[in-house]
Amino acid sequence: MSAQTPEQPVHFAFDEASEAEIATILAKYPPERKASGVIPLLYVAQRQMGRLTDSAWVPVAAMDAIAARLEVAPIRVYEVATFYLMFNTKPIGRYHLQACTTTSCWLRGSDDVVAACKKATGIQHFGETSEDGMFTLTEVECLGACANAPILQVDSDYYEDLDGPRTEQLIEALRKGERPAYGPTIDRFNSAPEGGRKVLLDAGEPGQG
Amino acid sequence: MLSDKDRIFTNLYGQNDWRLAGARARGDWNGTAELIARGRDAIVNEMKASNLRGRGGAGFPTGLKWSFMPKGDGPVPRYLVINGDESEPGTCKDREILRHEPHKLIESALLASFAMGAHAAYIYIRGEFFNEARHLQIAIDEAYDAGLLGPNAAGSGWDFDFYIHRGAGAYICGEETALLESLEGKKGQPRMKPPFPAGAGLYGCPTTVNNVESISVASTILRRGAAWFAGLGRPNNCGSKLMAISGHVNTPCVFEEELGVPLREIIEKHGGGVRGGWDNLLAVIPGGCSVPLLPKSVCETVLMDFDSLRAERSGLGTACMIVMDKSTDIIKAIARFSQFFKHESCGQCTPCREGTGWMMRVMNRMVEGRAEIEEIDMLEQVTRQVEGHTICALGDAAAWPIQGLIRHFRPLMEERIHNYKRLHGGAGRIDAPSPATLATLAAE
Repeated sequence: MSAQTPEQPVHFAFDEASEAEIATILAKYPPERKASGVIPLLYVAQRQMGRLTDSAWVPVAAMDAIAARLEVAPIRVYEVATFYLMFNTKPIGRYHLQACTTTSCWLRGSDDVVAACKKATGIQHFGETSEDGMFTLTEVECLGACANAPILQVDSDYYEDLDGPRTEQLIEALRKGERPAYGPTIDRFNSAPEGGRKVLLDAGEPGQG
Repeated sequence: MLSDKDRIFTNLYGQNDWRLAGARARGDWNGTAELIARGRDAIVNEMKASNLRGRGGAGFPTGLKWSFMPKGDGPVPRYLVINGDESEPGTCKDREILRHEPHKLIESALLASFAMGAHAAYIYIRGEFFNEARHLQIAIDEAYDAGLLGPNAAGSGWDFDFYIHRGAGAYICGEETALLESLEGKKGQPRMKPPFPAGAGLYGCPTTVNNVESISVASTILRRGAAWFAGLGRPNNCGSKLMAISGHVNTPCVFEEELGVPLREIIEKHGGGVRGGWDNLLAVIPGGCSVPLLPKSVCETVLMDFDSLRAERSGLGTACMIVMDKSTDIIKAIARFSQFFKHESCGQCTPCREGTGWMMRVMNRMVEGRAEIEEIDMLEQVTRQVEGHTICALGDAAAWPIQGLIRHFRPLMEERIHNYKRLHGGAGRIDAPSPATLATLAAE
């Protein structure tokens, strides 16, 4: 890839934990179809970077290592890494704040969530990392949890039913090294209606007939 | 309306144990081997008789799709691929199956795979559903440990493996052939059809791609019988369906409901009513962002099913509705979808790659009113030139919400243009594509 920026490490090798994951992954696909492992191995590399450097991203050297492992041309890995949004091709902050602004979230106040993210982190625009390197803010498309809108995805976890103040509280907690439980941030059980479910009222286990 | 005794997804909210013990208590994995002993044809015929139509949006009859797989045993492997790339804005139903009913999915996948002669199934889950995929993986591991997956799965004599493949943030991978490309390790760019996946799908082998919900209901349909399922809903719109309500209602939620129930009743019952009362309703997008919106007048009476919504020039789609009250800037709401489709176009076909960006830019000006009246017609015209001129349906999906907006809210769009002109002295830049670009678009 042309993006040979100063932060690109020259060398990348999978560590022991990653090697264990790779063995599990490659067992899923027919041996002659191991190219199917491109996306899973990009995840492995991104997680390893997160684990070792506190910044979960995929350097070019890691893509080359994946290409060598899967016996495909490096370009096949580069094009996948850049096609899919979830691979970070440059370093990111310790926490990745991914704010959904698509219509369902927007109708329920995603503008307030985004504003709170910016206020609490000092980030001015989407795609930027806070000066302390703690947070990167990304605008994402529909996260598929619209009945719990608006959503902020922090790394892999969905924080749901947010508003501005609760978003700020969440970010302050993360800054202190806490990890609040994910899911709804209001008094609500998963995707059931607020105030209690209106169906499946039989407390026991309904049979299947 | 659906009563609790007819619900398929009895642990929809995760109110009970989603692991194997809980699933068994709800009846999953009960006599699976006997269901399989009925034989391949009997299972496919039962599914056909249930009149189940695909739950992913297109509504194609599921049993019929299964019957497209080659008969008998061939020399090449076959695959069942389950589409869990749920990314259509407004849609959040398969997520509940993945995290709260994983065993229903796994057992049904075994039944479906046996019926189609497949010894392996892959489920493609959108990358963002990390915790949902984690639940499913735990359930898969439990099933292997209990002998429900693997050689002689559930004592049925059928060898069956089930694997998760996670996507990485691309809506287009919900298109079945893009999904297969992605599963093969490539960019998610749709394939030309034919060949259809049943002939040459994953790794060039016969493959059926089904939505998570379409597969997950199979075990219950086979247990309770096709007649039971076909007896729910309306003719040609049978059964119950997972639905969701988001947007301006008092209690947004996910729920299972019978097809053919009035939309208004659903909003009142499950959504707790429109915020500020029914009269505060502006419009509803009934099934994910690619189906055209319904103005309030239609919402008064329309039934929530495939054919009723189609008759209103909209669609059931995923049956996950977005409700908008009168405070909504409807032009902006639709413009946000245009931004979505521009972002998610894979770039393969010119009308979609160029058209989605063009439509987004014009829609953004429509939000401000910074346009000419005749540009509304031009916008409508361009949506027609994108629609039907691309390999996959993303181009159509990008066109339809805009067409719906113009059809039902044209006076509002005109009013906004007039207001802008009044405030800005009549200046309005016309951002039309050059005649050459239009000719190219038309030729594609």
